[in-house]
Amino acid sequence: MEELFSIATKAIFIENILLANFLGMCSFLACSKKIETAVGLGFAVMFVLVVTTPVNWIITEFMLKDGALAWLGMPTIDLSFLQLICYIAIIAAMVQLVEMILDKFSPTLYNALGIFLPLIAVNCAILGTSLFMNTKGYGFVESTVFGLTSGIGWLLAIVGMAAIRTKLQYSSLPPGLRGLGITMIITGLMAIGFMSFIGINI
Amino acid sequence: MSVAEATAAPVKKTELFGKKERQIVKDPLWDNNPITLQVLGICSALAVTTSLQPTAVMCVALTAVLTGSNVIISLMRNFIPGKIRIIVMLSVISSLVILVDQTLKAFAYGMSKELSVFVSLIITNCIVMGRAEAFAMANKPWPSFLDGLGNSLGYSVILLMVGFGRELLGSGKVFGIQVVPQALYEMGYVDMGLMITPPGAFILLGFIIWIQRETSKHYED
Repeated sequence: MEELFSIATKAIFIENILLANFLGMCSFLACSKKIETAVGLGFAVMFVLVVTTPVNWIITEFMLKDGALAWLGMPTIDLSFLQLICYIAIIAAMVQLVEMILDKFSPTLYNALGIFLPLIAVNCAILGTSLFMNTKGYGFVESTVFGLTSGIGWLLAIVGMAAIRTKLQYSSLPPGLRGLGITMIITGLMAIGFMSFIGINI
Repeated sequence: MSVAEATAAPVKKTELFGKKERQIVKDPLWDNNPITLQVLGICSALAVTTSLQPTAVMCVALTAVLTGSNVIISLMRNFIPGKIRIIVMLSVISSLVILVDQTLKAFAYGMSKELSVFVSLIITNCIVMGRAEAFAMANKPWPSFLDGLGNSLGYSVILLMVGFGRELLGSGKVFGIQVVPQALYEMGYVDMGLMITPPGAFILLGFIIWIQRETSKHYED
Protein backbone atom coordinates (compact mmCIF):
# COMPACT_ATOMS: atom_id res chain seq x y z
CA MET A 1 0.00 0.00 0.00
CA GLU A 2 2.78 2.39 0.93
CA GLU A 3 4.51 1.57 -2.31
CA LEU A 4 1.39 2.42 -4.30
CA PHE A 5 1.10 5.72 -2.47
CA SER A 6 4.69 6.46 -3.32
CA ILE A 7 4.07 5.70 -7.02
CA ALA A 8 1.04 7.99 -6.90
CA THR A 9 2.80 11.01 -5.39
CA LYS A 10 5.72 10.51 -7.72
CA ALA A 11 3.52 10.39 -10.82
CA ILE A 12 1.36 13.35 -9.84
CA PHE A 13 3.89 15.78 -8.40
CA ILE A 14 7.53 14.81 -8.68
CA GLU A 15 7.68 13.24 -12.13
CA ASN A 16 4.63 14.90 -13.57
CA ILE A 17 4.08 13.43 -17.02
CA LEU A 18 3.74 16.85 -18.61
CA LEU A 19 5.98 19.14 -16.61
CA ALA A 20 8.91 16.78 -16.08
CA ASN A 21 8.64 14.41 -19.05
CA PHE A 22 7.20 16.79 -21.67
CA LEU A 23 4.54 14.30 -22.76
CA GLY A 24 1.22 15.43 -24.20
CA MET A 25 2.45 18.95 -24.96
CA CYS A 26 0.53 19.33 -28.22
CA SER A 27 -2.97 18.94 -26.84
CA PHE A 28 -1.86 20.76 -23.72
CA LEU A 29 -0.99 23.82 -25.78
CA ALA A 30 -4.00 23.58 -28.07
CA CYS A 31 -6.72 22.97 -25.49
CA SER A 32 -5.68 25.06 -22.52
CA LYS A 33 -7.42 28.26 -23.59
CA LYS A 34 -10.67 27.59 -21.71
CA ILE A 35 -11.11 25.92 -18.34
CA GLU A 36 -14.16 23.87 -19.43
CA THR A 37 -12.42 22.17 -22.34
CA ALA A 38 -9.29 21.69 -20.26
CA VAL A 39 -11.25 19.87 -17.54
CA GLY A 40 -13.08 17.73 -20.12
CA LEU A 41 -9.94 16.76 -21.96
CA GLY A 42 -8.08 16.14 -18.70
CA PHE A 43 -10.71 13.67 -17.51
CA ALA A 44 -10.83 11.96 -20.91
CA VAL A 45 -7.05 11.48 -20.89
CA MET A 46 -7.18 10.17 -17.32
CA PHE A 47 -9.93 7.73 -18.25
CA VAL A 48 -8.08 6.40 -21.30
CA LEU A 49 -4.87 6.08 -19.28
CA VAL A 50 -6.59 4.03 -16.56
CA VAL A 51 -7.87 1.63 -19.21
CA THR A 52 -4.87 1.37 -21.54
CA THR A 53 -2.01 1.05 -19.07
CA PRO A 54 -3.19 -2.20 -17.45
CA VAL A 55 -4.32 -3.61 -20.81
CA ASN A 56 -0.90 -2.94 -22.28
CA TRP A 57 0.65 -4.55 -19.21
CA ILE A 58 -1.39 -7.71 -19.86
CA ILE A 59 -0.39 -7.69 -23.54
CA THR A 60 3.30 -7.35 -22.68
CA GLU A 61 3.20 -9.95 -19.95
CA PHE A 62 1.28 -12.65 -21.80
CA MET A 63 2.16 -12.04 -25.44
CA LEU A 64 5.18 -9.90 -26.15
CA LYS A 65 7.84 -10.52 -23.53
CA ASP A 66 10.66 -12.96 -24.11
CA GLY A 67 9.14 -16.36 -23.32
CA ALA A 68 5.72 -14.85 -22.59
CA LEU A 69 4.04 -17.27 -24.98
CA ALA A 70 4.95 -20.23 -22.74
CA TRP A 71 1.25 -20.70 -21.94
CA LEU A 72 0.76 -21.52 -25.63
CA GLY A 73 3.62 -24.02 -25.51
CA MET A 74 6.06 -21.71 -27.36
CA PRO A 75 8.52 -20.56 -24.70
CA THR A 76 11.32 -19.61 -27.12
CA ILE A 77 9.46 -16.88 -28.99
CA ASP A 78 10.35 -13.24 -28.29
CA LEU A 79 7.93 -10.77 -29.82
CA SER A 80 9.10 -7.68 -27.97
CA PHE A 81 10.01 -5.88 -31.21
CA LEU A 82 6.26 -5.72 -31.90
CA GLN A 83 5.73 -3.73 -28.72
CA LEU A 84 5.24 -0.32 -30.31
CA ILE A 85 2.79 -1.35 -32.99
CA CYS A 86 0.78 -3.42 -30.48
CA TYR A 87 0.63 -0.58 -27.97
CA ILE A 88 -0.53 1.96 -30.52
CA ALA A 89 -3.14 -0.45 -31.87
CA ILE A 90 -4.42 -1.15 -28.35
CA ILE A 91 -4.57 2.57 -27.61
CA ALA A 92 -6.45 3.36 -30.83
CA ALA A 93 -8.88 0.50 -30.20
CA MET A 94 -9.40 1.49 -26.56
CA VAL A 95 -10.09 5.10 -27.50
CA GLN A 96 -12.67 3.89 -29.98
CA LEU A 97 -14.20 1.62 -27.34
CA VAL A 98 -14.30 4.36 -24.73
CA GLU A 99 -15.99 6.58 -27.30
CA MET A 100 -18.66 3.98 -28.02
CA ILE A 101 -19.30 3.22 -24.35
CA LEU A 102 -19.57 6.90 -23.48
CA ASP A 103 -21.91 7.48 -26.40
CA LYS A 104 -24.18 4.71 -25.15
CA PHE A 105 -24.19 5.32 -21.42
CA SER A 106 -23.37 8.98 -20.93
CA PRO A 107 -24.30 11.06 -23.97
CA THR A 108 -23.85 14.34 -22.05
CA LEU A 109 -20.20 13.63 -21.27
CA TYR A 110 -19.72 12.31 -24.82
CA ASN A 111 -21.02 15.54 -26.32
CA ALA A 112 -18.99 17.64 -23.92
CA LEU A 113 -15.75 15.94 -24.98
CA GLY A 114 -16.65 15.97 -28.66
CA ILE A 115 -13.67 16.00 -30.98
CA PHE A 116 -11.11 15.61 -28.21
CA LEU A 117 -11.87 11.94 -27.67
CA PRO A 118 -10.54 10.59 -31.00
CA LEU A 119 -7.51 12.89 -30.74
CA ILE A 120 -6.43 11.23 -27.51
CA ALA A 121 -5.20 8.28 -29.58
CA VAL A 122 -2.25 10.34 -30.78
CA ASN A 123 -1.54 11.99 -27.43
CA CYS A 124 2.02 11.13 -26.48
CA ALA A 125 1.10 11.01 -22.79
CA ILE A 126 -0.85 7.78 -23.35
CA LEU A 127 1.83 5.90 -25.27
CA GLY A 128 4.52 7.41 -23.03
CA THR A 129 2.88 6.14 -19.85
CA SER A 130 2.64 2.63 -21.27
CA LEU A 131 6.31 2.71 -22.30
CA PHE A 132 7.41 4.08 -18.92
CA MET A 133 5.32 1.42 -17.17
CA ASN A 134 7.27 -1.11 -19.20
CA THR A 135 10.76 0.32 -18.52
CA LYS A 136 10.03 0.72 -14.81
CA GLY A 137 8.93 -2.91 -14.56
CA TYR A 138 5.69 -2.39 -12.65
CA GLY A 139 3.22 -5.18 -11.84
CA PHE A 140 -0.48 -5.16 -12.69
CA VAL A 141 -1.81 -3.17 -9.71
CA GLU A 142 1.13 -0.78 -9.82
CA SER A 143 0.54 -0.19 -13.54
CA THR A 144 -3.09 0.67 -12.93
CA VAL A 145 -2.19 3.11 -10.16
CA PHE A 146 0.59 4.57 -12.32
CA GLY A 147 -1.83 5.08 -15.23
CA LEU A 148 -4.46 6.70 -13.02
CA THR A 149 -2.07 9.04 -11.24
CA SER A 150 -0.25 10.05 -14.42
CA GLY A 151 -3.66 11.07 -15.73
CA ILE A 152 -4.37 13.04 -12.56
CA GLY A 153 -1.02 14.80 -12.93
CA TRP A 154 -1.79 15.73 -16.53
CA LEU A 155 -5.28 16.94 -15.53
CA LEU A 156 -3.77 19.09 -12.80
CA ALA A 157 -1.26 20.67 -15.16
CA ILE A 158 -3.72 21.46 -17.96
CA VAL A 159 -6.38 22.89 -15.64
CA GLY A 160 -3.80 25.06 -13.89
CA MET A 161 -2.54 26.30 -17.23
CA ALA A 162 -6.07 27.07 -18.48
CA ALA A 163 -6.71 29.09 -15.33
CA ILE A 164 -3.52 31.10 -15.82
CA ARG A 165 -4.22 31.69 -19.51
CA THR A 166 -7.71 33.09 -18.79
CA LYS A 167 -6.11 35.69 -16.53
CA LEU A 168 -3.37 36.31 -19.07
CA GLN A 169 -5.85 37.76 -21.56
CA TYR A 170 -5.81 41.04 -19.64
CA SER A 171 -2.05 41.52 -19.74
CA SER A 172 -0.26 43.44 -22.45
CA LEU A 173 2.58 41.41 -23.91
CA PRO A 174 5.05 42.08 -26.72
CA PRO A 175 3.27 40.86 -29.89
CA GLY A 176 5.80 38.14 -30.72
CA LEU A 177 5.43 36.60 -27.28
CA ARG A 178 1.64 36.31 -27.38
CA GLY A 179 0.13 32.83 -27.57
CA LEU A 180 2.69 30.06 -27.80
CA GLY A 181 5.75 31.95 -26.54
CA ILE A 182 4.34 33.08 -23.23
CA THR A 183 2.59 29.73 -22.74
CA MET A 184 5.94 27.94 -22.95
CA ILE A 185 7.52 30.32 -20.46
CA ILE A 186 4.62 29.94 -18.02
CA THR A 187 4.83 26.16 -18.39
CA GLY A 188 8.47 26.52 -17.41
CA LEU A 189 7.52 28.51 -14.32
CA MET A 190 4.89 25.90 -13.42
CA ALA A 191 7.53 23.21 -13.83
CA ILE A 192 9.79 25.09 -11.41
CA GLY A 193 6.89 25.10 -8.94
CA PHE A 194 6.44 21.34 -9.31
CA MET A 195 10.19 20.80 -8.95
CA SER A 196 9.93 21.93 -5.35
CA PHE A 197 8.32 18.54 -4.61
CA ILE A 198 11.53 16.74 -5.58
CA GLY A 199 12.92 16.56 -2.05
CA ILE A 200 9.88 14.69 -0.77
CA ASN A 201 10.54 11.02 0.00
CA ILE A 202 7.69 8.76 0.96
CA MET B 1 -7.89 14.75 -59.54
CA SER B 2 -8.82 17.22 -62.25
CA VAL B 3 -7.78 16.90 -65.88
CA ALA B 4 -5.70 20.05 -65.69
CA GLU B 5 -3.65 18.61 -62.86
CA ALA B 6 -3.06 15.37 -64.71
CA THR B 7 -1.81 17.11 -67.83
CA ALA B 8 0.33 19.54 -65.88
CA ALA B 9 2.08 16.73 -64.04
CA PRO B 10 4.59 15.64 -66.72
CA VAL B 11 5.83 19.22 -67.07
CA LYS B 12 6.46 19.46 -63.35
CA LYS B 13 8.18 16.12 -63.24
CA THR B 14 11.12 17.41 -65.29
CA GLU B 15 11.76 20.09 -62.71
CA LEU B 16 13.37 18.24 -59.84
CA PHE B 17 14.51 21.40 -58.10
CA GLY B 18 12.22 24.04 -59.56
CA LYS B 19 11.19 27.14 -57.69
CA LYS B 20 8.18 25.45 -56.13
CA GLU B 21 10.25 22.50 -54.98
CA ARG B 22 12.86 24.73 -53.37
CA GLN B 23 10.05 26.63 -51.69
CA ILE B 24 8.72 23.41 -50.18
CA VAL B 25 12.07 22.70 -48.54
CA LYS B 26 12.90 26.27 -47.56
CA ASP B 27 9.58 27.37 -46.09
CA PRO B 28 9.50 25.11 -43.03
CA LEU B 29 13.11 25.93 -42.17
CA TRP B 30 12.27 29.26 -40.62
CA ASP B 31 9.23 31.12 -41.97
CA ASN B 32 6.77 28.28 -41.45
CA ASN B 33 8.70 26.31 -38.86
CA PRO B 34 6.91 23.14 -37.65
CA ILE B 35 7.73 23.69 -33.98
CA THR B 36 7.37 27.41 -33.46
CA LEU B 37 4.61 28.22 -35.96
CA GLN B 38 2.69 25.07 -36.76
CA VAL B 39 2.96 24.00 -33.09
CA LEU B 40 3.71 20.41 -34.05
CA GLY B 41 6.09 18.00 -32.39
CA ILE B 42 6.94 19.81 -29.20
CA CYS B 43 6.08 16.64 -27.27
CA SER B 44 9.27 14.72 -27.80
CA ALA B 45 11.42 17.73 -28.67
CA LEU B 46 12.28 18.96 -25.22
CA ALA B 47 13.20 15.85 -23.31
CA VAL B 48 16.21 14.94 -25.44
CA THR B 49 17.81 18.38 -25.61
CA THR B 50 19.86 18.37 -22.39
CA SER B 51 22.99 18.05 -24.55
CA LEU B 52 23.74 18.19 -28.25
CA GLN B 53 24.66 14.59 -28.97
CA PRO B 54 21.31 12.94 -28.21
CA THR B 55 19.65 15.93 -29.85
CA ALA B 56 21.50 15.25 -33.10
CA VAL B 57 20.61 11.55 -32.99
CA MET B 58 16.97 12.43 -32.38
CA CYS B 59 16.99 14.80 -35.38
CA VAL B 60 18.41 12.10 -37.64
CA ALA B 61 15.84 9.58 -36.36
CA LEU B 62 12.98 11.98 -36.96
CA THR B 63 14.24 12.89 -40.43
CA ALA B 64 14.37 9.21 -41.39
CA VAL B 65 10.86 8.54 -40.11
CA LEU B 66 9.26 11.70 -41.48
CA THR B 67 10.66 11.51 -45.02
CA GLY B 68 10.00 7.76 -45.13
CA SER B 69 6.42 8.03 -43.93
CA ASN B 70 5.68 10.98 -46.23
CA VAL B 71 6.89 9.07 -49.29
CA ILE B 72 5.13 5.81 -48.36
CA ILE B 73 1.84 7.49 -47.50
CA SER B 74 2.03 9.59 -50.65
CA LEU B 75 2.54 6.42 -52.73
CA MET B 76 -0.48 4.82 -51.04
CA ARG B 77 -2.66 7.92 -50.98
CA ASN B 78 -5.04 6.78 -53.72
CA PHE B 79 -5.66 3.41 -52.06
CA ILE B 80 -6.26 4.50 -48.48
CA PRO B 81 -9.98 4.68 -47.61
CA GLY B 82 -10.71 8.01 -45.91
CA LYS B 83 -12.39 6.51 -42.86
CA ILE B 84 -9.53 4.34 -41.70
CA ARG B 85 -6.67 6.59 -42.81
CA ILE B 86 -5.56 7.38 -39.26
CA ILE B 87 -4.92 3.74 -38.39
CA VAL B 88 -3.21 3.14 -41.76
CA MET B 89 -0.91 6.11 -41.16
CA LEU B 90 -0.22 4.97 -37.62
CA SER B 91 0.80 1.50 -38.80
CA VAL B 92 3.10 2.92 -41.49
CA ILE B 93 4.68 5.31 -39.00
CA SER B 94 5.06 2.75 -36.23
CA SER B 95 6.68 0.24 -38.59
CA LEU B 96 9.26 2.89 -39.56
CA VAL B 97 9.83 3.83 -35.92
CA ILE B 98 10.37 0.16 -35.04
CA LEU B 99 13.02 0.01 -37.79
CA VAL B 100 14.80 3.11 -36.46
CA ASP B 101 14.53 1.90 -32.87
CA GLN B 102 15.95 -1.54 -33.69
CA THR B 103 18.77 0.02 -35.75
CA LEU B 104 19.71 2.26 -32.83
CA LYS B 105 19.61 -0.68 -30.42
CA ALA B 106 21.88 -2.67 -32.72
CA PHE B 107 24.47 -0.01 -33.58
CA ALA B 108 24.32 2.59 -30.81
CA TYR B 109 23.05 0.83 -27.71
CA GLY B 110 24.26 3.47 -25.26
CA MET B 111 22.53 6.24 -27.19
CA SER B 112 19.37 4.17 -27.44
CA LYS B 113 19.37 3.78 -23.63
CA GLU B 114 19.94 7.50 -23.19
CA LEU B 115 17.03 8.46 -25.45
CA SER B 116 14.91 5.77 -23.68
CA VAL B 117 11.26 5.97 -24.69
CA PHE B 118 11.59 9.13 -26.73
CA VAL B 119 12.58 7.43 -29.97
CA SER B 120 9.48 5.25 -29.68
CA LEU B 121 7.44 8.35 -29.04
CA ILE B 122 8.18 9.61 -32.56
CA ILE B 123 5.06 7.55 -33.42
CA THR B 124 2.86 10.05 -31.64
CA ASN B 125 5.00 13.01 -32.67
CA CYS B 126 2.46 15.36 -34.18
CA ILE B 127 4.83 16.45 -36.98
CA VAL B 128 4.73 13.01 -38.60
CA MET B 129 0.96 12.64 -38.43
CA GLY B 130 0.41 16.30 -39.22
CA ARG B 131 2.52 16.30 -42.38
CA ALA B 132 1.08 12.97 -43.52
CA GLU B 133 -2.44 14.32 -43.12
CA ALA B 134 -1.80 17.82 -44.44
CA PHE B 135 0.67 17.17 -47.26
CA ALA B 136 1.40 13.56 -48.18
CA MET B 137 -2.27 12.59 -48.56
CA ALA B 138 -2.70 15.19 -51.30
CA ASN B 139 0.64 15.29 -53.11
CA LYS B 140 2.95 13.19 -55.27
CA PRO B 141 5.88 11.27 -53.73
CA TRP B 142 8.66 13.68 -54.76
CA PRO B 143 7.11 16.87 -53.31
CA SER B 144 6.11 14.83 -50.25
CA PHE B 145 9.71 13.73 -49.83
CA LEU B 146 10.87 17.34 -50.04
CA ASP B 147 8.17 18.42 -47.61
CA GLY B 148 9.26 15.74 -45.16
CA LEU B 149 12.88 16.78 -45.54
CA GLY B 150 12.10 20.48 -45.11
CA ASN B 151 9.97 19.96 -42.05
CA SER B 152 12.41 17.65 -40.34
CA LEU B 153 15.21 20.15 -41.04
CA GLY B 154 13.04 22.90 -39.55
CA TYR B 155 12.48 20.69 -36.50
CA SER B 156 16.20 20.00 -36.30
CA VAL B 157 17.11 23.71 -36.47
CA ILE B 158 14.99 24.53 -33.42
CA LEU B 159 16.02 21.37 -31.58
CA LEU B 160 19.72 22.03 -32.14
CA MET B 161 19.27 25.62 -30.98
CA VAL B 162 17.62 24.45 -27.77
CA GLY B 163 20.21 21.71 -27.32
CA PHE B 164 23.10 24.12 -27.93
CA GLY B 165 21.73 26.66 -25.46
CA ARG B 166 21.03 24.06 -22.79
CA GLU B 167 24.40 22.35 -23.06
CA LEU B 168 26.38 25.58 -23.25
CA LEU B 169 24.62 27.33 -20.38
CA GLY B 170 23.92 24.23 -18.32
CA SER B 171 27.28 22.47 -18.41
CA GLY B 172 29.60 24.78 -20.36
CA LYS B 173 30.11 22.23 -23.13
CA VAL B 174 29.32 21.84 -26.81
CA PHE B 175 29.02 18.27 -28.11
CA GLY B 176 30.65 17.12 -24.87
CA ILE B 177 33.73 19.34 -25.35
CA GLN B 178 34.42 21.95 -22.69
CA VAL B 179 34.17 25.42 -24.26
CA VAL B 180 33.78 27.67 -21.22
CA PRO B 181 37.43 28.16 -20.15
CA GLN B 182 38.59 27.08 -16.72
CA ALA B 183 39.79 30.64 -16.03
CA LEU B 184 36.21 31.85 -16.16
CA TYR B 185 35.17 29.31 -13.50
CA GLU B 186 38.03 30.50 -11.32
CA MET B 187 36.73 34.03 -11.64
CA GLY B 188 33.45 32.83 -10.14
CA TYR B 189 31.38 31.80 -13.18
CA VAL B 190 28.89 29.07 -12.32
CA ASP B 191 27.03 26.78 -14.73
CA MET B 192 23.31 27.42 -14.81
CA GLY B 193 21.85 24.23 -13.33
CA LEU B 194 18.34 25.32 -14.27
CA MET B 195 19.07 24.81 -17.97
CA ILE B 196 19.52 21.05 -17.56
CA THR B 197 16.20 20.67 -15.75
CA PRO B 198 12.83 20.58 -17.57
CA PRO B 199 11.85 24.20 -16.73
CA GLY B 200 15.00 25.45 -18.46
CA ALA B 201 13.91 23.73 -21.67
CA PHE B 202 10.45 25.28 -21.55
CA ILE B 203 11.75 28.77 -20.88
CA LEU B 204 14.52 28.59 -23.50
CA LEU B 205 12.07 27.33 -26.12
CA GLY B 206 9.70 30.14 -25.13
CA PHE B 207 12.40 32.69 -25.89
CA ILE B 208 13.34 31.01 -29.18
CA ILE B 209 9.68 31.12 -30.22
CA TRP B 210 9.61 34.82 -29.33
CA ILE B 211 12.69 35.55 -31.48
CA GLN B 212 11.39 33.43 -34.35
CA ARG B 213 7.98 35.13 -34.38
CA GLU B 214 9.51 38.57 -34.09
CA THR B 215 11.72 37.95 -37.14
CA SER B 216 9.04 36.28 -39.27
CA LYS B 217 6.41 38.84 -38.14
CA HIS B 218 3.88 36.18 -37.24
CA TYR B 219 1.71 37.37 -34.39
CA GLU B 220 -1.14 35.71 -32.51
CA ASP B 221 -3.78 37.86 -30.89
